[in-house]
Amino acid sequence: MNSHAASPSAFKTEAAHALKKPQLKIALDRATNLLQGRRTEVITNYPEFEEARKLAVQVKDHTLENLDYYLEQFTAAAEASGAIVHFADTPDEATGIVVDICKTREAKTATRVKSMLGEEIGLPAALAAAGIERVETDLAEHIIQLAGERPSHIVIPALHKTQEEVADLFADKHTKQRSSDTVEALVESARHELRPKYISADVGISGANFLAADSGSILTVTNEGNAELTTALPPCHIVTVGIEKLVPSLEHTAVFLRLLSRSALGSEFTQYVTFFNGPKRSGDRDGPEEMHIVLVDNRRTTMLGGDMAKMLRCIRCGACMNHCPVYSVIGGHPYGSTYPGPMGSILTPALNSLEQAGDLPNACTLNGRCREVCPVDIPLPDMMRALREQQWREKTGSQRTRWIMTTWAYFALHPWLYRLAVKLILPSLRLFKSSNNRLKHAPLARSWTKDRDLTLPGKKSFIDQWHSGKTN
Amino acid sequence: MTRSKPSVALFVTCLADTMRPNVAFAAARLLELAGCEVIVPKAQTCCGQPAFNSGAKSASRAIAEQVIKTFETYDYVVAPSGSCAGMIKVHYADLFPEDPGWRLRQEDLAARTFELTKFLVDIMGWKPTSTVFPAKVAYHDSCSGLRELGVKAQPRVLLSEISGLEIQPLEGEEACCGFGGTFCIKYPEISAAIVADKTKTIKASGADVLLAGDLGCLMNMAGKLSRENSNIRCFHIAEVLAGMADGDGI
Repeated sequence: MNSHAASPSAFKTEAAHALKKPQLKIALDRATNLLQGRRTEVITNYPEFEEARKLAVQVKDHTLENLDYYLEQFTAAAEASGAIVHFADTPDEATGIVVDICKTREAKTATRVKSMLGEEIGLPAALAAAGIERVETDLAEHIIQLAGERPSHIVIPALHKTQEEVADLFADKHTKQRSSDTVEALVESARHELRPKYISADVGISGANFLAADSGSILTVTNEGNAELTTALPPCHIVTVGIEKLVPSLEHTAVFLRLLSRSALGSEFTQYVTFFNGPKRSGDRDGPEEMHIVLVDNRRTTMLGGDMAKMLRCIRCGACMNHCPVYSVIGGHPYGSTYPGPMGSILTPALNSLEQAGDLPNACTLNGRCREVCPVDIPLPDMMRALREQQWREKTGSQRTRWIMTTWAYFALHPWLYRLAVKLILPSLRLFKSSNNRLKHAPLARSWTKDRDLTLPGKKSFIDQWHSGKTN
Repeated sequence: MTRSKPSVALFVTCLADTMRPNVAFAAARLLELAGCEVIVPKAQTCCGQPAFNSGAKSASRAIAEQVIKTFETYDYVVAPSGSCAGMIKVHYADLFPEDPGWRLRQEDLAARTFELTKFLVDIMGWKPTSTVFPAKVAYHDSCSGLRELGVKAQPRVLLSEISGLEIQPLEGEEACCGFGGTFCIKYPEISAAIVADKTKTIKASGADVLLAGDLGCLMNMAGKLSRENSNIRCFHIAEVLAGMADGDGI
């Protein structure tokens, strides 16, 4: 079980803990192999990918540069269609607005569609504190809720759990007995639990994948159909959404719809793309009587114009984490944040503090695969480096790294001294040679030799040999 | 009319210099075979990447200036590493944002700096002719070479000319091995878990030799294979191409 009070400052401890869970590794391997394979296949069959990616970047950057304009346009259009638009600067303000709406309506239960923004602002805890029963309707979020855990992935929140673990969990928590543990049977079991709750809910809460400024529309992209049931059946629909989800028009959402599903799950399209425009109109047979849109800033506007601005392009597809070697061995929980993996390693310091999340931009090999697969070309490795530079400037990073690098740079900048050091170190290192002609232990190299042998260094450096006339 | 040989300064890399001199000797031999005059500037140390990736920008800039001064007088700079070549070719550009003089010198050097296999194939049009290496080989694409410099086809083109050598498909050949420079020191357990995934796929490939173009990645994978008592030998691609891949390997 994972604590709800997780923090990115516990990264190292939590990562060490995660590495000791064989079951987690099985789940991670299954999921990342599947997702990587499917994405490769679907992108290979989509020759316009690079072109679409360029267009998507242009649209996002343009919208972000003119965010004030599009926010006003969106608000006016959404209000014209009958929605009530709220602005929230902070997570507390945002959850306060949602709770107030629920209280005004004397709501006792709220169904909810998976929304990472909702997690970011702490909506589950706020609803619990207000005594409102929260029913997660996304299958993976339902699993997470039953298990009392936190999501470990932004698209597949229960990615860290194997099918076998889910079967055990459902057997324990669901009311009806199942005849088998197949995926179909598990889904059916969840459906049986959730169906009555859709109908009895007082409020339905969703996020949004995109906001179209020209029409004031909300778009959700899902595979399970739970968004439609959550938002159409209860008398009140509340949307909590980050302001970076804006695009200028409905037409502009097309390119993102093409990129999102391919990047996220390696499928050409999702089962459901729903466009919401205001509450039920007179003459409509169904739909909510009331629709609220809570536009959340939570430090996004402070990112505009700075080093981290490109992070606001993110469409939350999860491709970066699906292809991250670090994520693939530790999973999402050690990141201690709603947003794990590469995108989280940038977003968490930006939304919280770099001091608290100091490990995240460092726990990255800078292999560049995340950027390669990112549908909006966010230069994640460069941004990790920029955060490390900030830590160096502010002297907030690891003291050990600082000391090692300063020493290393001093030697690198004094070639004669460097050569002298090499001359002394190589023969001393060779004294530790073990029977397999490698080093099993060496001074100051424990972090390497704990799990790996170290190559036996040369007797003399190449440069010394070359310049003493020996050419091998 | 005979054209004079291009002068190529070998950027040895700190790892090849100290941990595996054979890689640098092999690189020098390959450059000579390809018709270059090889120079090894003695004042070279490090490309500055460890400092750069640790956020120490002013130190990395000072090292970059030293590298530029040391190497800019030659026709080309070639490194047996995509990572170090990528540092000079791609990342030095970030170090001189408001200094047009240094910027020009940096851009000039970047344009003439290459990773070894890319230089041999794309610039010199060279191919090995009589090299024999009877082995089943898996090739790992090191991340910086692959993603920063586009090194993908070149090593395979060169290896296809070696008689007896058979390339085995390696699942996840483009996935990071977990080395990551200072990463493997800062997060050793995570790095070890990533390389354990890697050695699993290497073993499953059926290869008896693992090759790559970067010594850092190779030392990581070789060190793990060795710890797992695997018989798979690891070499830098230059060692095989130059006919200098003998013994236990890295």
